[in-house]
Amino acid sequence: MAPILEIDDLSVAYRSEGGDVHAVEHVNLTLNAGEVVGLCGESGSGKSTLAYGATRLLRPPALITGGSVRYRGRRITQGGDPADILTMSHRELTRIRWREVAIVFQSAMNALNPVLRVQDQILDAITAHLKLPRHEAREKAATLLDLVGIPRDRLRAFPHELSGGMRQRVMIAMALASDPEVVIMDEPTTALDVVVQRDILAQIVELKETLGFSVLFITHDLSLLLELADRIAVMYAGRLLETGTASAIMRAPAHPYTQGLLHSFPSLHGPRRELVGIPGTPPDLRDTLSGCPFIPRCSHAVPACSEVDMSLAPPNGAGDGPDRPGLITAGNHLTACPIVTPEEVSQEGVLS
Amino acid sequence: MTEPTGNVPAVGGLAPGAAAGGLVPSESAVTEQSAAPAVNAVADQVGEAAVVKSVAADRGALAMEAVELNKVFKLGRGATLQAVRNVSFNLYQGAVIALVGESGSGKSTVAKLLAGQERPTSGQVIVDGKPIDVRNTRSFRHYKSQVQYVFQDPFSSLNPVHTVGYDLTRPVKLHQPGVKDVPAAVIALLEQVRLTPAAQFVVKYPHELSGGQRQRVSFARALAAQPTVLLADEPVSMLDVSIRLEMLNLLDDLRTRLSLALLYITHDIASARYFADEVLVMYGGQIVERGPAEDVTQHPAHPYTQLLIASAPDPDNLGSSLRAGNVVVGPGGAIAGKAGNVGPAQVGCPFSNRCPLADDKCRRENPALQLLTPVRAAACWRLDVAASPVASGSI
Repeated sequence: MAPILEIDDLSVAYRSEGGDVHAVEHVNLTLNAGEVVGLCGESGSGKSTLAYGATRLLRPPALITGGSVRYRGRRITQGGDPADILTMSHRELTRIRWREVAIVFQSAMNALNPVLRVQDQILDAITAHLKLPRHEAREKAATLLDLVGIPRDRLRAFPHELSGGMRQRVMIAMALASDPEVVIMDEPTTALDVVVQRDILAQIVELKETLGFSVLFITHDLSLLLELADRIAVMYAGRLLETGTASAIMRAPAHPYTQGLLHSFPSLHGPRRELVGIPGTPPDLRDTLSGCPFIPRCSHAVPACSEVDMSLAPPNGAGDGPDRPGLITAGNHLTACPIVTPEEVSQEGVLS
Repeated sequence: MTEPTGNVPAVGGLAPGAAAGGLVPSESAVTEQSAAPAVNAVADQVGEAAVVKSVAADRGALAMEAVELNKVFKLGRGATLQAVRNVSFNLYQGAVIALVGESGSGKSTVAKLLAGQERPTSGQVIVDGKPIDVRNTRSFRHYKSQVQYVFQDPFSSLNPVHTVGYDLTRPVKLHQPGVKDVPAAVIALLEQVRLTPAAQFVVKYPHELSGGQRQRVSFARALAAQPTVLLADEPVSMLDVSIRLEMLNLLDDLRTRLSLALLYITHDIASARYFADEVLVMYGGQIVERGPAEDVTQHPAHPYTQLLIASAPDPDNLGSSLRAGNVVVGPGGAIAGKAGNVGPAQVGCPFSNRCPLADDKCRRENPALQLLTPVRAAACWRLDVAASPVASGSI
């Protein structure tokens, strides 16, 4: 699979009187064409900042302090050199935004304008980025609603006349207005209940299959990603702690934080097990952290942890033995923790 | 009692006026409360509601009874909305009852009725053998000290201009007038919810606290009244996954130590399995299934419960039904399609317009709870199909 969006060594800081808040620190993440990458982390871990930083949507006091973001969309590069989003001019940036990289914002409740009809908001998105005659733009808006399973007659509805699930679908329709290659979804289903959430996720998967875009899916709910994503990146305190395929993360989580997350949600099936959660709170990002930011909450912490350089590497004991073929393969499954070996979680979800 | 009677008067009650008008209870239903109504007073559900023995009763003494609660909201222009219909259950000391359902299913309205924030259109809430009386200020204050409410959103339920100390001092003074050393009581409360070192938190403002810490302050504020009943309305849904479990464990610990009767309202049925003794599943304002948490989650009988369980994210199910499309198959063979954008049906069973098993009877008549086992019940006409493993006793 060809990489379409490459985030390389990106760092973002928020300037404040009490010192810089290092929200994103040296993050490398690649999104391949047609892939769903799940970015998972708790509030304040920098996952949204990473996504908005990579698309240059951040405003001061946020400041990109280093790194590069290369975009290789077919329409932009025509097979040539990738475009660097962080250094391109505003005109080039306007060409990429929405047409190439679209975003489904968190909380459709707030992202839609309450005093405009759905139709006008979708038309806005269309006319701002595509040059279409008025009647064609209208037809396009109706087609977009068809695509996300909303009856066309709701075009004239105001956002408050729609249910939460429908509003979220409208947001998705708007993101798909110009047939983007990359769609960033920032907690698109967090405020919805499970049945509607499942409907929308299934719809996203279906649309992705037919339209062929790539998805960067941001959420705090790892259990969702295990089902939805091809690859998962776990973020904590501005750093990536672990990346790997969904099955590798699920069956053999390598970082203690990921292991903790996997023991944090109650399972519906299998035996009831004792759940512990992750005690403590994330560190203050104003402080300069040496070594691993998870040390205060980690039950495996040893003195060497404060020397760890937080670069991603294959997990300790990777490729061990023939009993777990294909699960842990170098280059695919990477962790920032060189101390702990992957914990095997059997398929019943019980610790072995 | 298990057999649906399908009696004529009840069906008659479903006739045009009632169905279109949202089933307004009759005058008599508002004023009198018979223990076992021969004909359903509200005349909306066909058959007599089964009396279920709650598994939570083994935990401790009866703390609170909700008896045949109904709530009808007037929407204006003559339109009404029945948010709660014939909801009866008990809370017991030291036990957790989970109320599970989607947004709009009426679960929060039930909690508000129990808290006295809304008055039921008919039915009663009974504590210590006495129905609550919101008109008598003194007895209602006593009631409020027994029954406390924890809100969903710790970001908006704490006043941003007041310190944690202020938030806790006021209820201590109000509900524990005998306490001499109020600051010590506040410290004790903070320690009870494990906000330590407590002295450091007394002077903090909500914006200086994380979501989890704020919710702990909410718990402490509720405990300041020394309640016997705690109504927790989605207490963890606004928190991060990694913190949720800690909060649930804290609640679990508090109810054991203080032998609180806990009503846990959630849309996350997996956490109900982990945490609750008994689960009540609500849909369209009524309880559609109830029973021991483990039984209901492992062998759901009602097609809606089956859909709910099939929809929950299941990490053990890698590359799952999400990719196969929208269809989920319940254990009873029930296949529920898209939730789509439909609300509960107005006539007949509220789930009939989404239910794969619905037949003409389901679309015409609203079933009452029927007993499956002495501790389980479900409101469904098609239990023979939907709940065959449960009914045949294979569990």
